[in-house]
Amino acid sequence: MKIKNLHKFLALSIAVLLMFSILAGCGSQQASQSKNQGESNAGEASGDKIVIGVYEPMTGASAAGGQMTVEGIELAKEMFPEVLGKRVELSIQDNKTDKTEAANAVSRLIERDKVQVIIGSYGSSLSMAGGQVAKDMGVPVIGCSPTNPLVTLNNDYYFRVCFIDPFQGTVMAKYAVNTLNAKKAAMIMDVSNDYSVGLCNYFREAFIALTGDANAIVAEAKYKTGDQDFTAQLTNIKDLAPDVIFAPGNYGESALLIKQARDLGITAPFLGGDTYEAPEFIEIGGQAVEGVAFSTHYTAEAPVTEVSKKFLDAYKQKYGKEPTAFAALGFDAYLVALEAIERAGVYEAKAIRDELAKTANFEGATGIITLDENGDANKSAVIKQVKDGKFVYIETIQPE
Amino acid sequence: MTFELFVQHLVNGISLGSLYALIAIGYTMVYGIIRLINFAHGDIITLAAYFVFFGVGLFAMPWWLAAILSIILTAITGIIIEKAAYKPLRSKNAPRISLLISAIGVSFFIENVSTVVFGGRPKSFYSPEIFKGVIKAGGISIPNLSVIIPIVTAVLLIALVYLVNKTVTGMSMRACSKDMDTAKLMGIDVDRVISLTFCIGSALAAIGGIMWGLKYPQIHPLIGVMPGLKCFIAAVVGGIGNIPGAVVGGMLLGLGEILLVAFLPGLSGYRDAFAFIILILILLFRPTGILGEKIAEKV
Repeated sequence: MKIKNLHKFLALSIAVLLMFSILAGCGSQQASQSKNQGESNAGEASGDKIVIGVYEPMTGASAAGGQMTVEGIELAKEMFPEVLGKRVELSIQDNKTDKTEAANAVSRLIERDKVQVIIGSYGSSLSMAGGQVAKDMGVPVIGCSPTNPLVTLNNDYYFRVCFIDPFQGTVMAKYAVNTLNAKKAAMIMDVSNDYSVGLCNYFREAFIALTGDANAIVAEAKYKTGDQDFTAQLTNIKDLAPDVIFAPGNYGESALLIKQARDLGITAPFLGGDTYEAPEFIEIGGQAVEGVAFSTHYTAEAPVTEVSKKFLDAYKQKYGKEPTAFAALGFDAYLVALEAIERAGVYEAKAIRDELAKTANFEGATGIITLDENGDANKSAVIKQVKDGKFVYIETIQPE
Repeated sequence: MTFELFVQHLVNGISLGSLYALIAIGYTMVYGIIRLINFAHGDIITLAAYFVFFGVGLFAMPWWLAAILSIILTAITGIIIEKAAYKPLRSKNAPRISLLISAIGVSFFIENVSTVVFGGRPKSFYSPEIFKGVIKAGGISIPNLSVIIPIVTAVLLIALVYLVNKTVTGMSMRACSKDMDTAKLMGIDVDRVISLTFCIGSALAAIGGIMWGLKYPQIHPLIGVMPGLKCFIAAVVGGIGNIPGAVVGGMLLGLGEILLVAFLPGLSGYRDAFAFIILILILLFRPTGILGEKIAEKV
């Protein structure tokens, strides 16, 4: 083949490839639509059913988080299958850990399934993308575990049953300073993940305030969801010898990152956020993640309410394993939604929104839930650590 | 930056680069012989990693047996893909672009089927003890794998160059790459040569996939997509169709990515963009790639 032709052919190949990667998005969306067609036909709000929407990452980088949450939601639905004398049905949409898909999933739920209340999503970036659509269409959403403050800020239709990152960041900074006696910290953030960036910002603020040293953060390394090689960032950090490394992010990337850090001879303890709590974190990280500490929402070891115990027993019976915080939050989000529908007396978005905003002293599996003017819950955090290949409860920290 | 730190960065770069090179070889070989960019290459990598995962996890095989079986199964998959998706088009003398689109179709097919069959939840890849160690030399840490992968790449490179240039099979491959019709007239079984090419190309992808899984022990159904794209870039940069060129391209890309993050930490989020910028620059200024011109005709 002549060189000129080769050039043309390559250029053409690449153009076609790029075109197809755009089409791929549309194609897979159609696929999931037709997959759920059966559910949707039965799912009109009329008749004897009430359809509640759920959008969670069932595939992609956050799949474990989404699947654990859905386990909790499904358990709750099994235990409390009726509201307003009608049978509850869930329409579960996979947002594929993709912001565009998250927005699509929410409009699909509202337009096709005519849901009046939505539960989801694991991951702050995904929730923000979905939240905008829900706000525009006037349907309330209850987040299970998105912790970034921006999810509910300026969005009257978004609520959540978990604490937010200013608190979580402070909890971990306190742990670093008081328990680990750290003076210098390095941060590694996933720049494509609002959760990670936000949490790092709050950690930085709190860490500097606690140590009284404006230069206490010695390094801020960056990566992107989907990256698998972090050796360049870690080599730079190793040179700066921090006392502790704060690296919140998806459990998969984080486990790889910590593994590579240990291979490079970095011995500083790693700290993270609630996303670390996935069995895959330990499976992928293995020996390397021993001793890693992180904050989360709930622990089976210290049930806080009567509902916690009920949830715990029911979960163990259904799934034969210990629940994670995400399952508990999914459980709570469903219950809060159900209670709001009950109080509203009708299955209608605006009425449910108004009742959700009034949620106070609600006894859930993860604690007492009272939603403030932003729609956020003010709750205690739990610190856990990886020990002998298990997540071990360390302490509970109350909000101020 | 201290010297030690710089050497550590170089080690990291070579380690990543040789992995890119390993996968790029498979890409470039298939292209060199039948002039088809097999976009399903990245997905074949995924399949290989899952074959090992299920071999070890489900059938409790020792890892080496699982790895060998995975390579064989993946090679067979490669032949099946060729027979099902490319051969019917080729025998109808369809334009080359149809083959390319068919390749993209195969790629999406494998991605979606594996999401359904294997589940979307990322899984951890089993890695045996011998691959886990780290060699310490002064302040520099070299994971065992960072030594093993370049060796595997070098061995495969030599074997492949030998196969193509010194054997009868290689001669028929080269003949096919020049002119399939004439090769047919000369009594070469073109279909057999192409099947063999896919078989070897897929086996190389399998080895690349297994190495990738050992180095980054997290697998999910789209795990091969980014390596597939990056290694395609590596192959183009080195001169597509040129086997040593793929190694040069892979090394360049790996080192470039690591050094970009090392010296310009603020740009860490743009490392994938960096790879594509290199691709665009190469296509603009040297479309045949770094080593392409000299032996572009020869495979």
